[in-house]
Amino acid sequence: MTPVTSPPRGHGAGEGVSGTPDPAARGRAADPEAERSLQAAFDAAVAADERIEPRDWMPDAYRSTLVRQIAQHAHSEIIGMQPEANWITRAPSLRRKAILMAKVQDEAGHGLYLYGAAETLGTGRDELLDKLHTGRQKYSSIFNYPTLTWADVGAIGWLVDGAAITNQVPLCRCSYGPYARAMVRICKEESFHQRQGYELLLALARGTEAQRAMAQDAVDRWWWPSLMMFGPPDDESAHSAQSMAWKIKRHSNDELRQRFVDICVPQAEALGLTLPDPELRWNEERGHWDFGAIDWQEFREVLKGNGPCNEQRLNQRRAAHENGAWVREAAAAHAAKQAARAAQGAASAPRTARS
Amino acid sequence: MTATAPQALATLPLADDALILSHRLGEWAGHAPVLEEEMALANIALDLLGQARALYAGLAEVLGGEDEIAFLREERAFRNCQLVEQPNGDFAHTMVRQLFFSAYQQPLYARLSPVLPLAAKAASETAYHRDHAEQWTLRLGDGTEESHARTQRAADALWRYTGELFQPVEGLDVAWQELAEEWHADIRDVFGRAGLTVPEGPSEGAWSAGAGRQGLHTEPFGRLLAEMQHLHRSHPGATW
Ligand SMILES: [Fe+2]
Ligand SMILES: [Fe+2]
Repeated sequence: MTPVTSPPRGHGAGEGVSGTPDPAARGRAADPEAERSLQAAFDAAVAADERIEPRDWMPDAYRSTLVRQIAQHAHSEIIGMQPEANWITRAPSLRRKAILMAKVQDEAGHGLYLYGAAETLGTGRDELLDKLHTGRQKYSSIFNYPTLTWADVGAIGWLVDGAAITNQVPLCRCSYGPYARAMVRICKEESFHQRQGYELLLALARGTEAQRAMAQDAVDRWWWPSLMMFGPPDDESAHSAQSMAWKIKRHSNDELRQRFVDICVPQAEALGLTLPDPELRWNEERGHWDFGAIDWQEFREVLKGNGPCNEQRLNQRRAAHENGAWVREAAAAHAAKQAARAAQGAASAPRTARS
Repeated sequence: MTATAPQALATLPLADDALILSHRLGEWAGHAPVLEEEMALANIALDLLGQARALYAGLAEVLGGEDEIAFLREERAFRNCQLVEQPNGDFAHTMVRQLFFSAYQQPLYARLSPVLPLAAKAASETAYHRDHAEQWTLRLGDGTEESHARTQRAADALWRYTGELFQPVEGLDVAWQELAEEWHADIRDVFGRAGLTVPEGPSEGAWSAGAGRQGLHTEPFGRLLAEMQHLHRSHPGATW
């Protein structure tokens, strides 16, 4: 991993980002005494559950961890638009069509908040998108599965947005202020999505035989990938320990996965659908649902790029970006011409007055 | 439907326009040139879908529920203008289509607001759509050589679908000629500022049988409906 140079203190949101490092900041970092006291202040703030803000000093590794995590999250939001957008033009009722369009739009909005949060750490959206497009940064593997029927839209809402909420509610208390605040807004909308997905599946489960079968098939396909969304088991998780210490992360992968299973089992029952795991049973002693072994081989394969839709998703994202290049260039050229015209107007005004 | 007085169906063309353009804009989801446009295009699509649903609700007694109207009519029963059914093309094509349409829909709604309950709200929504399309027309017309060329090409290609907009709709008491003049002045103004040329070609197809308002559509429309209606029609009587 390449070390990230800390932008200078005061390098906040909206100012020029990812620019040249401030020489003063470099000088400061070279002074070990000052560095130690800054580190101590940072540690104390994290220990006291205070928020770290963009203008505060933070360790380089904390900054780079956050940028990596927020970027991956932002990428997941915008790639996650694709499997659901796949059904916008085929939604079977106008009400569902409106709900689905609004949901996909929400995900774009989540992407915007999160790229904004990453920008407060000194890394701009263009740079992050470039890393996504060139495969140097990842997005959630769940979106590498296809949406084959309308019921998949419901299963994604119920299970994928549901798992995302379980993962993300603790992030509302994340030590980094802008990320935590973005997550508060996002979680509110994700919980709408989760309820809408559940409600969609409920309508199918109570509908015709064909609709019920469609719902069951979707849940069968999305259940295990949803459990994988919590990441590898705790003993194999590469970044967990340090992130917990920094209070970027508050619960382990396995803890969150268990919480999710415990929430879903009674909901599946209420839907009248089954979960595709013969080993699911209530464990009185643990006070949790036991569940079967996850196929981590599949997880690793999808992560490596061999999932059913990895190429398709990334290709569509790249194509949207490349096909939009002339639009972005035109907007920039127009803005530059406008500025030049305004400057010329201002310069020529006094001359006109004199003549 | 044939026995129904035209008065009762007067708002059907407006509703179909809104539904079909909303559908086309929905096709952009996940393909827009910047994230901000994902938001904006979805916003416009949602506004239009909302307008369509409100107008269909007013037609329920004559035509049935909104899903019946949207998903179970055949192509020839749709009354939308041909402009809104045109495929998206590139971003310039979509924006010029939007400008042409919103610059028509906005003053039309404004004129109907005394008699059509939803029209006042819809007029303010479409004012935003028109403004958004105008801003992009200015950027693209003025921006680069490529963007200028694409935008001019879009205008030239879409021009022939604009004449139909001002064909009187039976049952809508609107000064159509005045609306047309206002529209032309508006487009001339925006195009002038964008450095674009107002097309000179015919603004209507040469086919005397009519156009969208008579239920005669262009070839891409059949495929649009096939996609939109397929799932609903595959499960007769199902609720979603
Ligand atoms: Fe989201
Ligand atoms: Fe969501």
